[in-house]
Order: sequence, then C-alpha cells, then structure tokens
Amino acid sequence: MAKIVIDGKTYEVNPANNLLQECLSQGLDLPYFCWHPCMGSVGACRQCAVKQFRNAEDTKGALVMACMTPANDGAIISIEDPQAQKFRAQVIESLMISHPHDCPVCEEGGECHLQDMTQMSGHNYRRYDKKKVTHNNQYLGPFINHEMNRCITCYRCVRFYDDYAGGTDLSAQASHHHVYFGRHEEGVLESEFSGNLVEVCPTGVFTDKVFSEHYSRKWDLQTAPSVCVGCAVGCNTTPGERYGSLRRIVNRYNSEVNGYFLCDRGRFGFEFVNSDERIREAQHVVNGSSSPLTDAQVKSVFAELKSAQAIGIGSPRASNEANYALRCLVGEENFYAGMSAAEFDCVQLHIQLARDPAFHIPSVREIEQADAVLILGEDVTNVAPRIALALRQSVRNKAKELAAACKIPQWQDAAVRELAQRQNSPLCVLSPYATRLDDIASDCVIDSYAVLTNVAYAIASAIAPAAPEAKPARERAELVQRVAAQLLSARRPLIIAGSSGGAVMLRAAANIAKALQGSRHSPVDLCILAQEVNSVGLGMLAGSGQNLSAALARIARGAESRAIVLENDLFLRAEHGAVAAAIDKLEQLVVVDHIATATTQRADYLVPSTAFSEHEATYINYEGRAQLSYQVNRCHSQAQPAWRWLHTQSDMHVANLVDRCAAEAAGFAGLQAVLPDTSQFIAGMKIPRQSHRYSGRTAMKANLNVHEPKQAVDTESPMAFSMEGIPSQKNASILGAAWAPQWNSNQSISKFQAEVNGELKQGSVGALLLQKQAASGGFFSHDLLARPASNDGLQLAIAYQIFGSDELSARSPAIRERMTAPYISLSPADARSRGLAQGDEVAIADTKFTATVCIRSRMQDGTAALYCGANEIDQFSLPTQVELSKTGFNSARGMRGLIVSDLHEEGY
Amino acid sequence: MMQKKAIQGKKHATNLVETIMLSLFKDTFTSQVKTLYQVFMHAFVKADTVEYPEEQPYMFPRWRGRIILSRDPDGEERCVACNLCACACPVDCIALQKAETEDGRWYPEFFRINFSRCIMCGFCEEACPTNAIQLTPDFEMAEYIRQDMVWEKEDLLINGTGKYHDYNFYRVAGMAIKGKGKGMAQNEAPPVNVKSLLP
Ligand code: SF4
Ligand code: SF4
Ligand code: SF4
Ligand code: SF4
Ligand code: FES
Repeated sequence: MAKIVIDGKTYEVNPANNLLQECLSQGLDLPYFCWHPCMGSVGACRQCAVKQFRNAEDTKGALVMACMTPANDGAIISIEDPQAQKFRAQVIESLMISHPHDCPVCEEGGECHLQDMTQMSGHNYRRYDKKKVTHNNQYLGPFINHEMNRCITCYRCVRFYDDYAGGTDLSAQASHHHVYFGRHEEGVLESEFSGNLVEVCPTGVFTDKVFSEHYSRKWDLQTAPSVCVGCAVGCNTTPGERYGSLRRIVNRYNSEVNGYFLCDRGRFGFEFVNSDERIREAQHVVNGSSSPLTDAQVKSVFAELKSAQAIGIGSPRASNEANYALRCLVGEENFYAGMSAAEFDCVQLHIQLARDPAFHIPSVREIEQADAVLILGEDVTNVAPRIALALRQSVRNKAKELAAACKIPQWQDAAVRELAQRQNSPLCVLSPYATRLDDIASDCVIDSYAVLTNVAYAIASAIAPAAPEAKPARERAELVQRVAAQLLSARRPLIIAGSSGGAVMLRAAANIAKALQGSRHSPVDLCILAQEVNSVGLGMLAGSGQNLSAALARIARGAESRAIVLENDLFLRAEHGAVAAAIDKLEQLVVVDHIATATTQRADYLVPSTAFSEHEATYINYEGRAQLSYQVNRCHSQAQPAWRWLHTQSDMHVANLVDRCAAEAAGFAGLQAVLPDTSQFIAGMKIPRQSHRYSGRTAMKANLNVHEPKQAVDTESPMAFSMEGIPSQKNASILGAAWAPQWNSNQSISKFQAEVNGELKQGSVGALLLQKQAASGGFFSHDLLARPASNDGLQLAIAYQIFGSDELSARSPAIRERMTAPYISLSPADARSRGLAQGDEVAIADTKFTATVCIRSRMQDGTAALYCGANEIDQFSLPTQVELSKTGFNSARGMRGLIVSDLHEEGY
Repeated sequence: MMQKKAIQGKKHATNLVETIMLSLFKDTFTSQVKTLYQVFMHAFVKADTVEYPEEQPYMFPRWRGRIILSRDPDGEERCVACNLCACACPVDCIALQKAETEDGRWYPEFFRINFSRCIMCGFCEEACPTNAIQLTPDFEMAEYIRQDMVWEKEDLLINGTGKYHDYNFYRVAGMAIKGKGKGMAQNEAPPVNVKSLLP
C-alpha cells in the first residue's frame, strides 16, 4: 500500500496502479476516454490530465496524464487545480470540434460517456465555426451500426477488437484528423465479440443495431440483473424491456465471470423472447385439434399426474427451480435428465471431477491467469465463447511476465505489447478442425477424436510415468514432450475439455491434470465446459443413469404411459426415430415450454411457461457457480414460470423454493446464498426496476384506457415493477441498471467496485456449490476410442457454431442472419478423391440429410466435421464413419457467413 | 409591591384593547367606504373579460395551451423521436416509440399525449431539440369523456412549422438522410477519403 495526496486529502492506494485507476477507485470523478480497466492506458486522448506536485513545497506543479502516471507512494496531485481543469476543458473542446449535432438521433444519447465527460469537463458551447470533418459509414453486419462522424479518436475500438479480442477486420485508417475506424471494405464484423464495441466505444460510433430497431432510451428501459442463457458460462447481463417487449441486453459486471464483456450470442440472441413462436396459451390437443385450457384445468392435469405414475424429463435450459419442481412432482426415480446418454455421462463426470480436491474449476477471471493452456477437443469459441476471450488474455501472461522483469507496469499497454512483440504463453489446441483460437496457439493438432484422445493420454504419461501409457504416432511424439514440458514448467497450467470429445476425452483431461498435480501442492486448474446454461444443475438433480435414452427405453418398454417434458426439445437430444416412437407409445404427453419446438407439436397437453426474462430463477454454470437471475418484465399471456405450474403447493415463491431445493436436493446446500439479503435495504423499501427518469407512465397505456392501472406489485422479489423504492447507491449485486450521478453510461460501474476492475463492493459473484469431497485417488484407465476398422469412409466429428448451435438464440432474427446452413468440412485431398468441390451439396451416408461441402486446408485426411445447423440434421442417427455422395451444386445455401481461417481457396 | 404592579398591568391592558378596537373600527369603516366607491367607479371602466364563447379572447403566441407536433420547412415531420420531451415531462404524459424511415430519418411510430394529465408546463417544448413539439394558444380542450383527452400523433401533427419557421434539424445534424449525404449538412466538409495521406 502506498499513500498519495489528492486535493489535500490522503488516500491509501495500490502502487501497482496508475493515478486514474486510483482516483476512480476512490470514488472521485476524473474524466477519461482512452483508458479502459481491462485494456490499460495508452495516453491517447489527454482527457485525464491532473496536476502533480513534486513535494509539499511545490506550488506550481506540472500537468500529467493520470492514466500514464503510476500511483507512487507520496505522490501529491490535484484534480481540481484550475490549470488542470482548464486544460481538460480545452481538450474536450478540441475533441468535439467535428462532432456532429446528432445526440437526438444517436442511440448512445442518454448513456453516452462522451456526453458525461463533456459535461464533467465543463465544455458547454461550441465556439469553433470552421468546417467539420465528416466520414462515410460502413455496413458492418446485422449487429452493429456505424456512424463514424461521432468518433473522437480514442482508439479504444481497435484496441479492444484487435488487441484484446484478436479480431483482424477492424482497423484505424488514414492519418491526422482524418483517422477512420472501420473495415477495409464494407462487410460483417467477423469477431464473435463485436457487440462489445457498443460499450467499449465511448461515443455513438458503434451502436447496437438490434436495439436500434426497437429503440428506447436507457432511462426508459425496465431492467433487472439477469444471467445469460446462451451457454454454460453464465455471463451476467442486464436485459431491458419497454412496452412489453425485450429490447436489448448489455453487460453486467461480475468480477469472476464475464467482467466487462459478453459474446455476440449472449448480447444479440435474446429475441426469441419476443418471437411469434412463443407459446401463449395452454392447450389440450386431441386428434390434431386443440382447445384452450384454463389455469385450473392445467393444475388438475398436473395433480392427476402426481398421483398417477409419470415420467418427468428435465432440461439443461430450464432453471434449477423448474427442474426441481418437476422432480418433486414425479419423484426422484421417475425424473430423467433430458440429455443424450453421452452428454449426461460427461456432465456426471464433470460434477465428479469438480468435487475432486485434486482439481480446481477456474472462473473466467482465473482462466485469464493461466500461463500454459491445453485445449482438448473443444471448440471453445463456439461452445463457451466468453472463455475464448479469456484465453486470449491468458496467452498474454508471457508479455506481462517480461514486462514485470523490466519493471514496466502492467497497465502500460503499448509498452507491454511492444516489449513482447508476438511472444505468447503456450496454448496447445487439440481439435477435429481448425478453431478460431489457432492464431494464438503455439501448437495445434487437428485430427479425429480417436487420435486426439491418444495424444492426450500420451501427454499425461509424459508428465507422470505413473499415468496409463499411450503411444502417439511418431510424428506427434515431439509435440507430446513439448506440451508436457510447457505444462510442467508453468506457474498456473490449465487444461480445458468438454463434452464434445466425450467422456473419454474428459478422463484424459483429468489424467493430465492429475499428472500435473503430482508435482505440486495446490489443485490444478481443470476447466470443463458444459453445453448449456444449466447442464450442471440438471446433472446434479438427476440420478446416475437417468438420461434421456433410459427414459425413452422405459417408455418404449411400455412401462409408463404418461410423461412430462420440461422446456426441452427431445428431437435435439436423441435419434429422431427413437423419440417419435416413444412419443407414439405414450398415452399422455404433457409439454411445458415457452417456445414451439418439434416436441411441443407432439404434445397432448401444451402448457406455456415463461422465458428467462419473465421469471426469477437460478442457474448453475460450468464451475458449479449458482447465480440468481431476476425477473425483468411481466409476461402478459397465460404463461407462468414452469415451477409454478409443476408445484402443487400454491403459496410457493422463488425464495422458498430455493430454500427448499437447498435443504432437500443433494448437492444444493448453499444455494440460498444467492438470494439477496433484504435486511440491508433502506427502510425495507424495494429496489425499482425503472429508473428515476422513466417516462410515459401516464401515457403508455392511455390508448387502452385513460384510467391508469395500478402499478404491478411484485410480491415475490425485492424489486419493484415501477420507479418506487430506493435504487441501491452502492450495491450493484441488485441494481436495475448501473448509473451514478454524472455517469450515465455503463462505465458508472466503477462507482460500485471496491477497486476499479475488482470485486463489487458487495461481493456477490454467486455461490459455488460443488463442494470438494474425498480424493478419488488414481488415474483413469486408458480407454481409447476404437480406431476405425476400415479406411473407407470419413471419421465424423460434430462441429459447433456460435450462431446456430444454441437452440434459443437461433430464433433471433439478427442471429439468423449470421447462421450458416449445415456444412461438412473435408480436407482438400478427400474432396479431390471424391470429386467434390467447394459448395457442393452432398448426402451424408445413406441418410436423407444433406450438407454443403466446405473444403478446409487444415482438415486431416480421412476425417470430416459436420455442422448440423439448427437441428436440420439428426446427428444421433449418423454412423461414426460416413461416406458422401454428391447431390448437386447449391451455391445459394453455400457457406455464406461461415467464418473459418483455413477455407481452401482453390476452385472456389 | 407585587400586587400594585399587577393592577397597573391590568389597567395598561384595558387601555390597549380600547385603542386597538377603536382604530380597527375606523379602518374598517374607511376601507368599506373606499371599496364601495371603487366598485362603483368600475362600472365606468372598459371590461378586461370578453363575452366568451360568443367573443374569442386574444391569446398571446407564447401562451401554453394545446400541444402540437410541427413539420419542418420542407414539410417533413420534425419529431425525431428522441424521447427528450417524454423525459422532461413532470407528469409523464408523453409516450412514443422511435422508428426509422427508408430514408434514414428517425420518426415516432406512435406519439401519444394524455392531455388529461398534462399540466401545460411547456417543459417538453423547452426540451425538444428540433422545435417539433410546441404549445399553442388553444385552450379549448374540455371533453365530456376523459378517454377523448388521449391524443395520438394523427391528432397532434399539424401541417406547418408552428412558431418556429426556419429550423430544420437534419440540415444541422451529421446523420445522413436521403437527399442529404455526409458532408452536406451545415458547416461540414466533404467526407474524408481514407486512402489519401494528403493533409
Ligand atoms: S456520441 Fe454522444 S455526444 Fe455524440 S451524438 Fe451520440 S450521444 Fe451525442
Ligand atoms: S470509434 Fe469510438 S472507440 Fe473507436 S476511436 Fe472512435 S470514439 Fe474511440
Ligand atoms: S459466453 Fe455464453 S453466457 Fe457468456 S454471453 Fe456468450 S453465450 Fe452468454
Ligand atoms: S423532444 Fe421533440 S424531437 Fe424529441 S421526441 Fe419530443 S417532440 Fe420529438
Ligand atoms: S484516459 Fe488518460 S490520456 Fe486518455
């Protein structure tokens, strides 16, 4: 700790930080643009000037940039010094000379960092009367609007997009006061993290296009803390609603999970909530004709099912509460996880490994600290996108290490990058196809899963001879030794695996981590990725072996004639034929869901449930972190939260359901820790979901009836569906939206952090549920995947896409624009030998399914990676080895929108 | 000693009451007469009121009455749906939704004022950056049915510029709309050629 004096007051600060960070951490207002908590300082904008004095006698002082000056012990500075103030006012005036007169038609208006900083710096009237510099805009795809005139050349966009997120298609162009930030030509921004530009850019140059289509000012949105349901990372979000529809999602800071950034699936994939495909009323379907059901009738259907024996099939996309309520209704022995057998095995193993004291499942923030990473058979960018962004930071630990050795502070971003050039910490990717992380990988192995698992076991045995031995192919032996050595010498090695490679690969990952653990005292970081938002929660609720195949088999045996399916499309999770056959056998199929699926079409009773923004719920992410997601808006149809339908007790609400789940369900002890501590609220008042400037209260519904309805009362949560109550001034764990006086943008979050980029003042990062249990002991035995018997046919692996592989986000129009048709990746040699060209349409094996040929130069001969589209291909019906036959050339379906680094150019 | 003082005090008080009563009576009397006189004299003064509704009063242009939405000098809708009026409204009686035309102009998809709540404060007009929303001298807004006090854009939008004749927001703003590209607004240089390094 160091002591510095700011405007005559002494503060305890961290000398590793710069002055700007410290001023903000201390809650002081100092304007800035180019500095970002995650990206460090470059001193580009000159807005953060303060006066620094040499010693107590020095009265003159000198202007310094706070973001470029370390907070050394004994520093004396002044923010309020008149010269510093005047300097800042001049800087903002010069930044604004070409700024257009756009605020009323700018989506950033009202949450614009530039507006805030202009006000704060004291620039009110335009004096400059010369011509303004103007720019042409570009089309940047379905997510982002471009309005270059509003740029103040802080360089944050390119520093985020290129330096932080590894993008290659956004750059600073031209020179002097003509600098331009855009692509080399119009086109879709390729990065999976492009949406963060909306928040990173302090002005309205990059704005949210999806939001713009049904725009509302920030102050008009009804908001609440929520959790992304796009994947198992569980990023924290703030969705906003207006006039009954969900308008947008922005980041909600959580120091351990997503920090300041989301992926584009999470940010733009919410619109299924507003979709026409939503199920809005309960129906009883008899011979294809449906009749509506009242709430009481639905309740009686469930009451009947409770007494009669029924099978309950849960869902990894449903909340803990919904799954638990279903389990209570049907009984534990009749509750099945709605996951394929293979995936369920992975999830169970996942939970087992997470409880093993030898391993530690790292949070996203901890992943950033890894200095040697091995990814085993997982396409991280497309399965758990936010983690891919964290991995891009982890490889920079080499640079940070070098900088530390030269005594360069970590926040000196340009210096640290310059010093390291392209030196990265090691990252080795084992994958069936080239991934989007290959550009930062030190080694890549692209081959079939059979080969990859073998390599993985070989790495384990190279680290610890006690591990089961495996013989890699001779050409891989050197790589195996190299990776083993990198992991052994790392300070904080990290192994990543997931269910894509199956349980075999997970066991190999565990062996490597265990081998590493032998040489150290602390647990080894083993990051296991699950597929969906609540895969882990469902895995904890379902008994072993209680997977979908078991449920279907039981139905097929005729043992049970009634089933309840909870928010799950079974056709996505098992072979279509088997699902259809089982459903045919049933006398009564009750489906509770919020959106129409192939399964809801087969329902005898269809019961509408609410989507993620319409109910309060908890989800458990890949780490076993339980997080609470509040209700944002009310659902004005017959839909109710699934657990409310399923629960026969009428006085239930989320809080006591959570308590009950914590008390009764094994492994859920501690879940209640995610509930807010209502005793800390001021005078027991609620927290408003609407801002203090929420407009139109007496007009928005006046067209229906001029007599305003009573404000909706939320009897369940500590938040109010109105402006009533007291917004929390300090506690961001329960906050409508981040806002502080003079700070209207999301950057106001610094007012809620104990230290900038650190924990929130109230902590509250969720509750880690997977408690360590007794050590499991030895290594897993070496159960190799069988090598193919013959060499004809391509070994098939499944490929994932960030836009399309997730069932719900794939219903959002903007995401749809980025989705590709099913494609199958082949090596050039395999394509040539089969007479296939880029873009050809082929039938897969003897099935009726077709896909577009995508020839990729880095595919291994003899293997193929198939992307099934949004369940356009039934992946469970395919053999592990396939042959392809050409059915036609279909350029229209093509691979439009497919972004891969190794598309084979020849002849396309 | 004490007793004497008390008696003296009492005497004092009686005197005071008498004086006050007397002066009150005098004042009241004179004022009554004066008032009667003035009322009488008013019979000969020109009336300030008019025989409303047979005769219409003169309303000053800046009177804050019925709200309208105006058009710019080119006849296009002025409102850009920026929501500032709604935000400024102390009784929250304005609600609207932004939409965009093919030309790139922002406009309100709907624009609703609940006049049964409006207090004619004029804050919306003051907040409006485009001079779209204006208060007019019309005050005759009584309705038998309260629901009729809810006005939609069709009811609010007039066919002229209202009080402010010349202002056209899009001529000043940097956003391009059909017919006004980048660099064509007031005080704008033509768009930069990013491929050039010339100063
Ligand atoms: S970027 Fe900010 S200051 Fe500029 S036009 Fe948009 S809202 Fe106004
Ligand atoms: S586009 Fe935005 S982030 Fe990029 S330099 Fe301009 S103002 Fe900064
Ligand atoms: S990484 Fe996953 S949880 Fe995070 S924003 Fe993306 S889809 Fe949502
Ligand atoms: S302030 Fe003016 S331009 Fe903005 S919404 Fe209101 S009327 Fe329209
Ligand atoms: S924030 Fe310090 S110079 Fe930009």
